[in-house]
Amino acid sequence: MAEVRYAEASRAYPGTPPVVAVDSLELTVADGEFLVLVGPSGSGKTTALRMLAGLEEVTSGHITIGGRDVTHVPPRDRDIAMVFQSYALYPHMTVAQNMGFALKLRGMPKETIAERVTEAARLLDLEKYLDRKPKALSGGQRQRVAMGRAIVREPSVFLMDEPLSNLDAKLRVETRANIAALQSRLGTTTVYVTHDQVEAMTMGHRVAVLKDAVLQQCDTPRTLYERPTNVFVAGFIGSPAMNLYTVPVDEHGARLGDLVVPVRRDAAAGLATVTVGVRPEALCLVGADEDGFKLAVELVEELGADAYVHGRARLADEEQRVVVRVDPRDPPAIGQTVRIGVRDHGEVHLFHPDSGERLHS
Amino acid sequence: MATATPATPVTPAAPAAPGPASRPLRRILGRASWTAGAWLAALVFFFPVLWMVLTAFKQEADAYTTTPHLVFSPTLAQFRAVFHSGIGPYLANSALATVLSTLLVLVLGIPAGYALSIRSVRKWRDALFFFISTKMLPVVAAIVPIYLAVRDIGALDNIGTLIVLYTAMNLPIAVWMLRSFFLEVPVEVLEAARVDGVTLRQEITRVMLPMVAPGIAATALICVIFSWNEFFFALNLTSVRAATMPVFLVGFMTSEGLYWAKLAAAATLACLPVLLAGWIAQKQLVRGLSMGAVK
Ligand SMILES: Nc1ncnc2c1ncn2[C@@H]1O[C@H](COP(=O)(O)OP(=O)(O)OP(=O)(O)O)[C@@H](O)[C@H]1O
Ligand SMILES: [Mg+2]
Repeated sequence: MAEVRYAEASRAYPGTPPVVAVDSLELTVADGEFLVLVGPSGSGKTTALRMLAGLEEVTSGHITIGGRDVTHVPPRDRDIAMVFQSYALYPHMTVAQNMGFALKLRGMPKETIAERVTEAARLLDLEKYLDRKPKALSGGQRQRVAMGRAIVREPSVFLMDEPLSNLDAKLRVETRANIAALQSRLGTTTVYVTHDQVEAMTMGHRVAVLKDAVLQQCDTPRTLYERPTNVFVAGFIGSPAMNLYTVPVDEHGARLGDLVVPVRRDAAAGLATVTVGVRPEALCLVGADEDGFKLAVELVEELGADAYVHGRARLADEEQRVVVRVDPRDPPAIGQTVRIGVRDHGEVHLFHPDSGERLHS
Repeated sequence: MATATPATPVTPAAPAAPGPASRPLRRILGRASWTAGAWLAALVFFFPVLWMVLTAFKQEADAYTTTPHLVFSPTLAQFRAVFHSGIGPYLANSALATVLSTLLVLVLGIPAGYALSIRSVRKWRDALFFFISTKMLPVVAAIVPIYLAVRDIGALDNIGTLIVLYTAMNLPIAVWMLRSFFLEVPVEVLEAARVDGVTLRQEITRVMLPMVAPGIAATALICVIFSWNEFFFALNLTSVRAATMPVFLVGFMTSEGLYWAKLAAAATLACLPVLLAGWIAQKQLVRGLSMGAVK
């Protein structure tokens, strides 16, 4: 059990100019916490994880595990276990040997190893396969062996790099729940990398959003969703994505077509435009006499519990795509023009039009 | 083609008949001709070897006929004669030079290949080129300085000299081969091992080597073949004590050249160890390289 801390940790690849893959990452993962690193491709998630593993050099700053500075400690002395995206099982060893290898290297007695491996195999439902080589396993089974190899170690930190990305959709959802349950049972500090924001939101105690090597925001899934710190996080978290438009603002508020969203005077002081963010569920169909803007319906997505209306509206003199959540029992028809209003003005997010930072708190 | 006779009266059903019947036939004929061709080529290559082996079991009289005798009563007399003519030390020298130089090549080449692939050192391209550039110099051009150097340190006719030279001769190729095999190793597996707690030595011996065993077997086989058959150094740098099999064969040819069967027996004996090495290596060679480590 240990707390993990990135203290202004950076990784730059030499070159002209140098490629900074992780830029001054300042992040603390509490003891026993499940932290998810999420971000688009190339944002530096894998690099950040590998820095913690000791597989990637830290070019400036420090990393500590359990208060110990491990910045220059080789991987084997960090007391961490890692699950790789490709699983990286030892092809010449059986499942049991794969799982027991780390313990064997530590000179643990055979009986203890066998005991721990059996225990982990039972936990992961791998008992039948202990004598098989990895090539004789399915993708899902290999994934579990990789998990098993990590848990028999009883390390102080688990590192996982997109461990579910090679599984099919159904298995992924299932395994997602299993990993989360396993982690809370073991109570081991975990850093989990994914590019899938649904995975991030469902699994993480806290989620750290990375973009272009820079940490954007790290908070609970709820907070990320309700109070994104900038336009990027607002657009990245949530599915379907938040509607984001840069529109004119005056003393009455921000103008979304005919709809005026009140804006606190101090928030948008001195700005001619402002970026407005509204989640699909914060919008609704309204009657002709209510505040709203016109939307030409192009597509209705019915998901059972919800229905999403996709359409085009004229906002700030530009055609914009808008997504609105509607009552699935009474969705509008395609081709129809409907009137869209805001459910609650408190659910409208405002961002700086240039920097993208959140305005007002 | 007999089934597709044009003589059959054309009925509505008939056009279908020639198709299915002739197409498999053509395919069978096609495949048969490929097979025949392959066998023919193999036979052309293999025939001299076969003839050598057959001759080795003949009596001198049978071996020397102008119309070759295919039917003869086999005898081991020639092999016995070869053994009595003192082949022993030559065989021992060849074995020693081959085995030791191959081991040395592997001991030196595996770390070098590792440093040029997995943990690539700075300027690895230059190092790699340097290795192969040593093979660009024809041996004939190097023999005079080598001879002088060996003579001056008093190492002529010494098996140690051959071991060193064979190691130097095979090392560049071995490094290149090993490197290309090591490049096939998924890096993540090695990283997983590092996280699992291996030291550098354990990483190589317990994770990487088992994964590249087929490549190492192939490399070792090449080294064995090259050193076993090496003739030029052996001829120029040895005389009595350190002479190897190829030298023996040549000597045998001049001294007993008229006795074909005996010569064939000696040549057969010279081939055997390499065949044996190939057969042993084959078991390793057929194992898949990556074996489902990733994905
Ligand atoms: N060896 C390298 N040399 C130079 N740049 C590199 C190197 N390795 C990675 N990078 C760069 O570092 C950045 C971060 O890469 P990283 O693999 O951490 O991304 P990621 O967030 O894991 O993306 P993905 O979701 O695609 O896996 C990328 O822009 C990449 O191009
Ligand atoms: Mg990645």
